[in-house]
Amino acid sequence: MSDILKLKEEYLKKLSENISLENINQIKSELFGKNGKITNEFKKISNISADEKKKFASEVNSAKDEIQTAIEKKIKDFEIEQINSKLQSEKVDVTLPERSFVQGKIHPVSQVIDEISSIFSEIGFSVEEGPDVENEYNNFTALNTPDNHPARDMHDTFYLDHKKEFLLRTHTSPVQVRTMLKGKPPFKIIAPGRTYRSDSDQTHAPMFHQVEGLHIDKNINMGHLKGCLNHFIKEFFEVEKIKMRFRPSHFPFTEPSAEVDIGYELKDGKIIIGEGDKWLEILGCGMVHPNVLKNVKVNTSKYQGYAFGIGIDRLAMLKYGINDLRAFFDTDYRWISHFGFDPLDVPSNYRGLSR
Amino acid sequence: MKFAVDWLTDHLDTKLNDHKIIDKLTNIGLEVESFENQTSEFDDFIVGKIVNTEKHPNADRLRLCDVDIGKSETVKVVCGAPNAKNNLYTVYAPPGTIIPKNQMKLSVSKIRGVTSYGMLCSESELNISNESEGIIDLNVKKYGNQIGKKYFKNSSPKVIDLSITPNRADCLGVKGVARDLAAAGAGKLKQKKLHKIKFSGSQKIKVKITKEKNQGCTSFGSCLIKGIKNTESPKWLKDKILSLGQKPISAVVDITNYIMIDLNRPLHAYDADKIDKGIIVRNSKKGEKLDALDNKKYILDEGMCVISDNSGVLGLGGIIGGTKSGTELGTTNILLESAYFEPKSIRSTSKRLGIDTDAKFRFERGIDPNSIEEGLVKAAELIQKICGGTVSKLDVVKNEKFKNKNVKFPIGLFKQITGFEIKSNEIIRILKDLGFLVKQNEGHFNLTVPSWRHDIAQAIDVVEEIVRIKGYDKIKMEIPEKTRKKPTLNKQQKLFHLLQRSVASKGYYETITWSFTDSRINDMLKGDKQSVEIVNPISSDLNVLRSSIFSNLLSYLKKNLDRDIKDISLFEIGPTFYGNKPGQQEIVIGALRSGLVSRLNWIEKERKLDVFDAKRDVIQSLVEIGLDQNKFKITSKAPSYYHPGKSGSINQNNGERVPIAYFGEIHPNILQKLEIKTEALILFEIYLDRVKLSKNKLKDQKRKYQFSDFQKSERDFAFIIDKTFKVQELVKIISEIDNSLIRDVKVFDLYEGENIPNDKKSIALNVTIQSMDKSLNDHDLEKINKLIISTVETKSGAKIRS
Repeated sequence: MSDILKLKEEYLKKLSENISLENINQIKSELFGKNGKITNEFKKISNISADEKKKFASEVNSAKDEIQTAIEKKIKDFEIEQINSKLQSEKVDVTLPERSFVQGKIHPVSQVIDEISSIFSEIGFSVEEGPDVENEYNNFTALNTPDNHPARDMHDTFYLDHKKEFLLRTHTSPVQVRTMLKGKPPFKIIAPGRTYRSDSDQTHAPMFHQVEGLHIDKNINMGHLKGCLNHFIKEFFEVEKIKMRFRPSHFPFTEPSAEVDIGYELKDGKIIIGEGDKWLEILGCGMVHPNVLKNVKVNTSKYQGYAFGIGIDRLAMLKYGINDLRAFFDTDYRWISHFGFDPLDVPSNYRGLSR
Repeated sequence: MKFAVDWLTDHLDTKLNDHKIIDKLTNIGLEVESFENQTSEFDDFIVGKIVNTEKHPNADRLRLCDVDIGKSETVKVVCGAPNAKNNLYTVYAPPGTIIPKNQMKLSVSKIRGVTSYGMLCSESELNISNESEGIIDLNVKKYGNQIGKKYFKNSSPKVIDLSITPNRADCLGVKGVARDLAAAGAGKLKQKKLHKIKFSGSQKIKVKITKEKNQGCTSFGSCLIKGIKNTESPKWLKDKILSLGQKPISAVVDITNYIMIDLNRPLHAYDADKIDKGIIVRNSKKGEKLDALDNKKYILDEGMCVISDNSGVLGLGGIIGGTKSGTELGTTNILLESAYFEPKSIRSTSKRLGIDTDAKFRFERGIDPNSIEEGLVKAAELIQKICGGTVSKLDVVKNEKFKNKNVKFPIGLFKQITGFEIKSNEIIRILKDLGFLVKQNEGHFNLTVPSWRHDIAQAIDVVEEIVRIKGYDKIKMEIPEKTRKKPTLNKQQKLFHLLQRSVASKGYYETITWSFTDSRINDMLKGDKQSVEIVNPISSDLNVLRSSIFSNLLSYLKKNLDRDIKDISLFEIGPTFYGNKPGQQEIVIGALRSGLVSRLNWIEKERKLDVFDAKRDVIQSLVEIGLDQNKFKITSKAPSYYHPGKSGSINQNNGERVPIAYFGEIHPNILQKLEIKTEALILFEIYLDRVKLSKNKLKDQKRKYQFSDFQKSERDFAFIIDKTFKVQELVKIISEIDNSLIRDVKVFDLYEGENIPNDKKSIALNVTIQSMDKSLNDHDLEKINKLIISTVETKSGAKIRS
């Protein structure tokens, strides 16, 4: 056996033994350093006779390659071992709590307003708004409710001056007046917002929310009103079918007027919409009174249509099983946490109103 | 309006049962609020069985009875009846019951040292008979299984409570309700002929309606009934009055009340002997007084319609009578009034005096002006029948003659409004049943509106009459079209929606609070805005419109802290007000955050919230709604409720005068005044209406995409600079040196203290330098380095820290 082969065997054996990283580095310099054993063998190549040169060179080269491969493998093994042993010491208890994160909430009334807007958006309504402070004309007179009308008594009004000229709007209907005065028909709008009545007990809050609907065009009749509300109620409660009843009623600003009841039943103390034989009043509506249209300069020989007003808070209560109206406005952190919605839960047509 | 259901049959021939009637009423717009048994004072008496008797320890003639009343335990009753014995079925009255015979209310009482719970009754005590010897002995066969049940079966008819809308004055009388039911096919309206009564002589008391401006009375009918004997009402009348939830008083009073409910025709009876000469219907003079039948004294204003005689005011016409001329049981001669008063006049007078009566309620809505005679005759007839006496001829004084309204009704209007068709002859039938006179013409009807329907003035009102009687269920549903011609939300509404959810996504809970608030809190927050007072607040602590979004939020934060919730993040988006005119309001989103960050956290160090938490949330929200943070100008000016040294304002652009937002820590004075106890309280507010939004859609706002792949270099600088110098300015100076090279400037350290003069601070900045068109060599970098240092030093007076 040549010296080279001996050298190779010797070192490959050493490398196969359980040696440290320092040992490996030592071997590296012993063999491949400036005066290393393999380095020196390479130096010899130039002095060897031509006929032996080829064989010698190939022996040296293969010894170099084999040993280097063995060294690299050994080093890799060391690294793996090192990582493994590090991992052993780095175990944490992942059941410990995560870093803090605070989740916000959207109030049920806001969420329901978005749900309502989403539904009406699909059938072509756009959103209008009006001021919370109104004048007496827009809130009453323009809506065919003159001062001596007993219907005014049904609205316990907050006044902002002694002449009773300025007030907090008692309903969202003045938005109808504003919208029609500033534009030209057709009109197809909803107007959600805050409304106020000086009435406060378990089931009445001095401030609450309504959404007004108005659709004025050529040939819009009570059938359209019925179809629109039926669509809305079904979509809103996310049920296959609903029972709906139109009942004659009276509002000065609509004629004919109706109140709408939906059928429900109680199951284990929860209200189930769309079934049962009990009726629940949820909104008022009707064909906009010609007097109102005249007041807002709409040509009644060409245009007619319907309007409706829905209590938003009540809808929210029904849909989400909230039984105390006052709690909506009480800012109890626990209540908001319970009934509030994730801000990313934006009601939309394509992904649905709610999860 | 409440009345017993069987009263309807006085006016209606019907085969429908009660429940069908109830449904019908609802379907034609006469909403049934309730349909219930009348509660009766006899409901309390129940059947009981004596299970054990003992002798009373202190009284020979009394016994202690254990009575089974159908509950889990028996009750102990002390009883003096000789027939009280075991196994006797009898009538038991619990404490609280009123005993009919003596009208005494039972209470739990000690009878000679032993407590008795209620009483066992004799027939005489229940007014059944005069039998007072012993308690009632009930038949075991009949009552054996009735223990605990009511002894008196409630046989009185159920009472309907109708919620009559203000337009339907005619249905404030049973007859009007019956007429509507008949029109809707529930039966036939009975046409009653008035009995003939013998009128003897003329009405001798002279009635005059003065002719003056705003006279509230147009006609005054009356008759004189002499020689009556006012008495208790007969049972049928008492029952009717009881079903209204009222107490029978005397025949005369009960009859006038009965006619009011029956025909919706209010009447008033005067003691004719107490009228001084004649009746004058006139406007009141300021300061006139009236002792009214509600036992209150009223001092009248000018211009109220009063019924008076020569010595003074007898009553407020159509509202309330006076005690002076009121009838009593001893009254023998009465003057019966049946008049018409203008709704406007009634409404104004009753509002000014704050009086609400059944008569006022009816006149205010408008009663039938043609019912004057009918009311007088029907009442006079009943009075004569029950109380005797002679009736004078009717005297009706009229200032104005009533004319029925006429309405032209185009037949096609019905379909145009309701969307469905109905035959002409059915329209005619319905309208005639409702009392209209119908004249048929080409394409339209000429209608004469019945005198009792003040609410019908034009054709559209007639449509409602027909459709409500025909049934709203006949209206066919039109499926809505799914087309949209206009965007659902405008820019401002989108901003509202986005900002609301943007703030919520940072951990804040949205709340909704009243738009009004306590002026004492509002005054701390309103700055130079004027207070907007509510004239009639529901309570003194909700007396002004809020000038600031925080007026209510702060007190609700405190409420939650008081619930022992410590780390609270709340926000509200909504209107704040700066005047009492429409439009003097602006939308603000305001947020509050209290307590600590990472409270009780095993991994993060807990710390107090500070101004930079507020700044992060407000800036991030503004960026999320699409604003460019690089254009913001931050100043240290904020409203007075912020901590003066730890708060700021944000202007959307450098040139803008009004800030769009404020942020900071709260002023300690506010915490102290409101007694809020928390480790820290930060807040911010954004004024939505002040935000300037790009007119362009997002697709038009995006700029050309440009990037550089050339070598990027970072250099750190530390400058020593005046403490008062704003870092914002320093960053701006550097950023503006060379837009083509300086990509980013980061502040990574602030140092004050040792080695730095007292009035200076050290700011360390990291500047990213990169060219769009070449790799920068050492020379280029050195050049820009020097330029940065020299520019900063010249422009800010800073010195580079070596």
